[in-house]
Amino acid sequence: MKINVRRVAKLANLPLSSEEEKKFEKQLEETLEYIESLNEIDTSKTLPADNVTSLQNITREDEVKPSLSQEEALKNAKSVYKGFFRVKGILRNE
Amino acid sequence: MNNLNNLTAKQAREGLKEKKFSSLELTKACLERIKKTDNKLNSFVTVGEEEAFENARRSDNLISGKEDKPLLGIPIAVKDNFSTKGIRTTASSKVLDNYIPPFDSTVVRKLKEAGAVIIGKTNMDAWAHGSSTETSDYGTTKNPWNTQRLPGGSSGGSAAAVAADQCVVAIGSETAGSIRQPASWCGVVGLKPTYGRVSRYGVVAMGSSLDSPGPITKTVEDSSLILKVLAGKDDLDATTSPLPAGDYTESLMANIKNLKIGVSSEYFIEGIDKEVESAIKKAIKKLEGLGARIENIKLFDPNYAIDVYTIIQRSEVSSNLARYDAIRYGFGRDRFGDEAKRRIMLGTYALSSGYYDQYYKKAQKVRTIIIDDFKKAFDKVDVIVAPTSPSLALPIGASKESTMFGELSDVLVEPSSIAGLSGINIPVGFSRSNLPIGMQIIGPQFAEEIVLQTAFTYEQETLSEAWRNLKPKL
Repeated sequence: MKINVRRVAKLANLPLSSEEEKKFEKQLEETLEYIESLNEIDTSKTLPADNVTSLQNITREDEVKPSLSQEEALKNAKSVYKGFFRVKGILRNE
Repeated sequence: MNNLNNLTAKQAREGLKEKKFSSLELTKACLERIKKTDNKLNSFVTVGEEEAFENARRSDNLISGKEDKPLLGIPIAVKDNFSTKGIRTTASSKVLDNYIPPFDSTVVRKLKEAGAVIIGKTNMDAWAHGSSTETSDYGTTKNPWNTQRLPGGSSGGSAAAVAADQCVVAIGSETAGSIRQPASWCGVVGLKPTYGRVSRYGVVAMGSSLDSPGPITKTVEDSSLILKVLAGKDDLDATTSPLPAGDYTESLMANIKNLKIGVSSEYFIEGIDKEVESAIKKAIKKLEGLGARIENIKLFDPNYAIDVYTIIQRSEVSSNLARYDAIRYGFGRDRFGDEAKRRIMLGTYALSSGYYDQYYKKAQKVRTIIIDDFKKAFDKVDVIVAPTSPSLALPIGASKESTMFGELSDVLVEPSSIAGLSGINIPVGFSRSNLPIGMQIIGPQFAEEIVLQTAFTYEQETLSEAWRNLKPKL
């Protein structure tokens, strides 16, 4: 089993050095090889589990309740602007 | 009064009520024990001395005013993945090195409402990824019985803190073994409640379909006392069960007459430590002597649970850890340790287009087989008894030899976690090398009462055994 570590790391937004890519490629392939034994089990007639305690349709009223203040919610943020989280721009003028 | 920190919650509660000592004295005793021993053990990431003293003083005032709450004035340590308002919460990862939660997890809120004094946050595998505490970014915790050995994990700090009497009670969380396995290696009682019995709200999310918070304690009675405080539906966690929680202290009795106990040879796996095997078989004989009926049952090979757990857990991790973007709190993704990176990537891979059916869906199908297998077993027996860990506490460094270390050492606790069952580890003795041996009792979902009762019966009947008087030498 070959795993494209660079691609997976990009999907997962993980910055990796090229040494790390090599190291993780080997380790992840070991794990994938290990879990291959799952294929020994016939699941052709089995449904996948969704939730273990069989709860269904858990809903609640959509009510406004006291919550964190703006100040509390922003307290741990590195960069704040006029009561908002400040983030890098993702949209540009074309 | 000396060594107040050695007390159980029940003893502490009685002593506080009778004014034999104050909560401040009790809290001081724990904090002094931490000061004296934590340079050897490293059970704690953060100790909140000032807040603890303040809360202890407040508790003493309430006690003077005849207030009665189940944990009033009792010092408790909490695993560092539970959000604590105003107290740093890192999940033992440098990504959260500076994170001060603006809110309490439901577990912490309930502990506070019950009057508990939170003394600090315990060390763990970073993000709870592991069974050793060796993946912690704040150093490995050492096993109090032998500081060359691992405490187990991921709730290793909580288990070590209880074993070393650094606190009266500690809180852990289990995804697959993270309460029972460290409790086994440290010789304490660790209860993994049914999935959905205790709220996950405000716990740093790991495997969301598996995570179960629970108590690590010195006695089974304390375990039931804490479960009674924590259990119940929580509007902030939709997976908590609407089934009413039991009165776990009221229903606790030492009687297992005619209880049907299942024993499965699949759980005495190849390579199991011989001393562990013989200690558990001896304990099963004792249970039989107490009136239980032992039935041999066949369970699905636990080795497949490793594969299922690896896929499901990694997949859920990759999704849960996607939120750490350094925008709202914490540091950037470059600070993830190797174990977290491996798990995020494996999960991302297992969920990615083209591989989803082969890995995630396949694992969820085998999960169904494991769930059904336990259901069938519980048609025949009330509880299942087995070793908790196939080995004694392993030496420091052991986890670094295998990327599958956690899975291999948790092989006997993973199947019941995957099926969302209740379970407990209780100590049953020591090896010749003076390391604790633990037995697990697994029950059906929401059968905490019968699990606790079985554990309590065993504990009460073995109280006079010599090993019960052993204390770690620190």
